[in-house]
Amino acid sequence: MTATRRVTLVWVLLLALTFGSFLVGVEQGAGFASVGAAIIVGIAMLKVRLIGLHFMDVRAAPRALRALFEGYVLVVFVVLVALDIFVKP
Amino acid sequence: MTLLRRSGAPGTSADPGRKVPGEEGIWVFVLGDMTVFALFFATFMYSRGKNHAVFARDHAELHVSLGTVNTVLLLSSSLLVVLAVQRVLGGRHAGAWQLIAGALCCGAGFVVVKAVEWTQLFAARKGVGSGEFFSYYFMFTGIHLMHVLIGLAVLSRLIVVIRRAEFTDKQARLCETGGIFWHMVDLLWVVLFALFYLVR
Repeated sequence: MTATRRVTLVWVLLLALTFGSFLVGVEQGAGFASVGAAIIVGIAMLKVRLIGLHFMDVRAAPRALRALFEGYVLVVFVVLVALDIFVKP
Repeated sequence: MTLLRRSGAPGTSADPGRKVPGEEGIWVFVLGDMTVFALFFATFMYSRGKNHAVFARDHAELHVSLGTVNTVLLLSSSLLVVLAVQRVLGGRHAGAWQLIAGALCCGAGFVVVKAVEWTQLFAARKGVGSGEFFSYYFMFTGIHLMHVLIGLAVLSRLIVVIRRAEFTDKQARLCETGGIFWHMVDLLWVVLFALFYLVR
């Protein structure tokens, strides 16, 4: 696959994920609020990873930089979902 | 950064065939900025957990469609920038400036949509002082908007650089670096969009 085709497909996937998370955002009911939030945050961090790996070219970067980036995505996802689940009024 | 530099040089035994995209320094800035925003995201989620009812009520005042349009604009501008950078790095910089100009238009569109959105909110008497949700909303999206404006200046500069008759490897690297900054602006918005517009 050419680099142009790859990034264009990533863009299509990013738009599809945006539309998907929009639907989850609209549909999330009160009882499933936490599940909805986890899915939305998960989709957002997946999009962040796609932008980093394919647009910023982190996929071809030295392993240390790639590890920092992947670590960021994972830590932010875990922290945001944990805050959503455990922080109560 | 020492770690990055040690393993970052192309062809080193530590990481053969791999190189740091753009200037190394941009990554210190980008990862630093992303960390600051991560703290913003966490602060927002903590406050949302503590005042869930108020956040859910104020969240309903935002137009998800406007946030979605802005997301599509930034994602599309990022695609145009990465296509331009690919051309530049491949030694085919001739058509690249038009792609950057397209990205610039998408970025300007983002600013216009944000201006429309804020005008509507101000008309509905929503501002920085209208409760915790809107304080976070205006502060974080405001700081992000500053990044967008800086990004637009960077893209404008890249157009000038690419259109020069003389084009060297150094200038190609400058384009790659500018592109990384613009992608960061896109990436931060993706999370802001999810937290403010989508999570109830």
